[in-house]
Amino acid sequence: MTVMEQRGGYRPSPPPAWQPRTDPAPLLPDAEPYRVLGTEAAAKADPALLRRLYAELVRGRRYNVQATALTKQGRLAVYPSSTGQEACQVAAALALEDRDWLFPSYRDTLAAVARGLDPVQALTLLRGDWHTGYDPHEHRVAPLCTPLATQLPHAVGLAHAARLKGDDVVALAMVGDGGSSEGDFHEALNFAAVWQAPVVFLVQNNGFAISVPLAKQTAAPSLAHKAVGYGMPGRLVDGNDAAAVHEVVTDAVRRAREGGGPTLIEAITYRIDAHTNADDATRYRGDTEVEAWRAHDPIALLEHELTERGLLDDDAIRAARDTAETMAADLRERMNQDPVLDPMDLFAHVYAEPTGQLREQQAQLQAELHAEQEGGH
Amino acid sequence: MTTVALKPATMAQALTRALRDAMAADPTVHVMGEDVGTLGGVFRVTDGLAKEFGEDRCTDTPLAEAGILGTAVGMAMYGLRPVVEMQFDAFAYPAFEQLISHVSRMRNRTRGAMPLPLTIRVPYGGGIGGVEHHSDSSEAYYMATPGLHVVTPATVADAYGLLRAAIASDDPVVFLEPKRLYWSKDSWNPEHPTDVEPIGRAVVRRPGRSATLVTYGPSVPVCLEAAEAARAEGWDLEVVDLRSLVPFDDETVCASVRRTGRAVVVHESGGFGGPGGEIAARVTERCFHHLEAPVLRVAGFDIPYPPPMLERHHLPGVDRILDAVGRLQWEAES
Repeated sequence: MTVMEQRGGYRPSPPPAWQPRTDPAPLLPDAEPYRVLGTEAAAKADPALLRRLYAELVRGRRYNVQATALTKQGRLAVYPSSTGQEACQVAAALALEDRDWLFPSYRDTLAAVARGLDPVQALTLLRGDWHTGYDPHEHRVAPLCTPLATQLPHAVGLAHAARLKGDDVVALAMVGDGGSSEGDFHEALNFAAVWQAPVVFLVQNNGFAISVPLAKQTAAPSLAHKAVGYGMPGRLVDGNDAAAVHEVVTDAVRRAREGGGPTLIEAITYRIDAHTNADDATRYRGDTEVEAWRAHDPIALLEHELTERGLLDDDAIRAARDTAETMAADLRERMNQDPVLDPMDLFAHVYAEPTGQLREQQAQLQAELHAEQEGGH
Repeated sequence: MTTVALKPATMAQALTRALRDAMAADPTVHVMGEDVGTLGGVFRVTDGLAKEFGEDRCTDTPLAEAGILGTAVGMAMYGLRPVVEMQFDAFAYPAFEQLISHVSRMRNRTRGAMPLPLTIRVPYGGGIGGVEHHSDSSEAYYMATPGLHVVTPATVADAYGLLRAAIASDDPVVFLEPKRLYWSKDSWNPEHPTDVEPIGRAVVRRPGRSATLVTYGPSVPVCLEAAEAARAEGWDLEVVDLRSLVPFDDETVCASVRRTGRAVVVHESGGFGGPGGEIAARVTERCFHHLEAPVLRVAGFDIPYPPPMLERHHLPGVDRILDAVGRLQWEAES
């Protein structure tokens, strides 16, 4: 019946079904990034864990330095360094159990290495001898992902599948501040929350998407606030405080494992190096800013805390550095060997069985290779 | 010996049956997409699956195609066998980044360690009076992406057999469902479904001696109709139904063209950059000395898909096919 037909009997009423679906207040991130080092919370942190984080940070920094050097020597096609972000990389990897899965972006090779992946295999993509140099199942590390945020829905799907199978598995997906603008970021978070998938999203807000600062990326109060719109908690953490990142990620992983659903974590950090070796950061940022962040270095922060409290002596520092040097020497030596390439591999894994046309092209390449050899190359 | 009772069934029913049988046979098969659960899909192809297998096996997802395909990738990474429904051809485009950057190349990038056994069902093509964005023939995009299989049935029996094969495949398969054939009926025994059809084999739907019509999906019945009409002109046309665009069955197509010496490729998709160009080139490269005339194409025009009241002018019909057959240099024979 229309209003007209009711002849004045119509009474306006509120929308029939609407009610607030969830209370947004508990989902909101804290006003300040959570910190442990230099605060009262540090006293409660496990000294053994802090020492382990320290050793991993030292090794991680050395890895970044070595990989950058290998790029300058032409051994890597490109290296997107995580120098300055080692706390996020290492703490995220250590917060996971063996059976959990890590979904890294291209800047997260260190997280993959911290999870146990062979450093040479982790650099295969960046050396350019194949796209993914490892079996993802071996350490539960998904292929390093170049198209931004596209690995996030994979993490959600994998976590969802694990839960459907009754497995006690959590997926941790890493993304940057630039990646948070992508549509896949939105879709992944939405699916995760609707499905209550056991997944944790770790945004490393390192200040820049290549050259574009966060202010041009989003008008959100913080990236962590975006969580509220999806109905999941958002957490802000000092991304250079390894103890804090480890605690926040561990809490989120536990929550996911216990059926509490996904969490979005924004770690505030800084990309000390340029985007890659091919980038010139002086075109878009000043030294003052970089120096301010160098003073908030993740290794220095943790080393200071540990030495102040007598938890780390010179021997332990030397031991950590020696371990890092051994890793770097091994990486240098193995990366200085030319990879063995077989051009016929190009056709090996396009399909389970090559199609007729691929077999023809394979034969063509084979003939070309023979001709090259015959030609005295 | 028992007589198998053949009943008329629609292609949509055969597809439903294929999904149901696959889900019953393999607990890792999961159907997901927009409206596939409670509603049973806008074309009712997933009708009853959520009720029979539960909403965890036939899931209404949020309305986001990249998210649907992206999460399906993750599910496949963990050992499930997702069957994704894209509601309409043109609604699949948001998922193209996932499709091209991940689905098609995950096996390759991981050296075979991480194959993705997933099926992407896409209702495609026109002729149903759909408004804008509901009638695209998007097969050329899929064909141009290495790592995908691209399959499309034209008969009720093939709809069942090819979908079972697609779901069983360890490679990602784009399964294109001709919308206007959803309600086409055929004698088919749903109690004893036909064998699973191997992917990659074309089939001769109608033998003939004068010329070969190479076609697939929604254009197959049109070509069969054209072949019947051609008898009046004295032409005995062979109709090859490709069924699989990738892998492409050069053998069956070329064997037919070598027999007839003439070929016309027929499809709804636009001609420029469309599948017909590839098919004509392959035939010419392989059968040049058997050809009596250039391979011709009858395709949709190279225009955005027209509004429903004009689509009949766009879609290849019997007259346009016969016109092309008439241009196959018959005079040269006499």
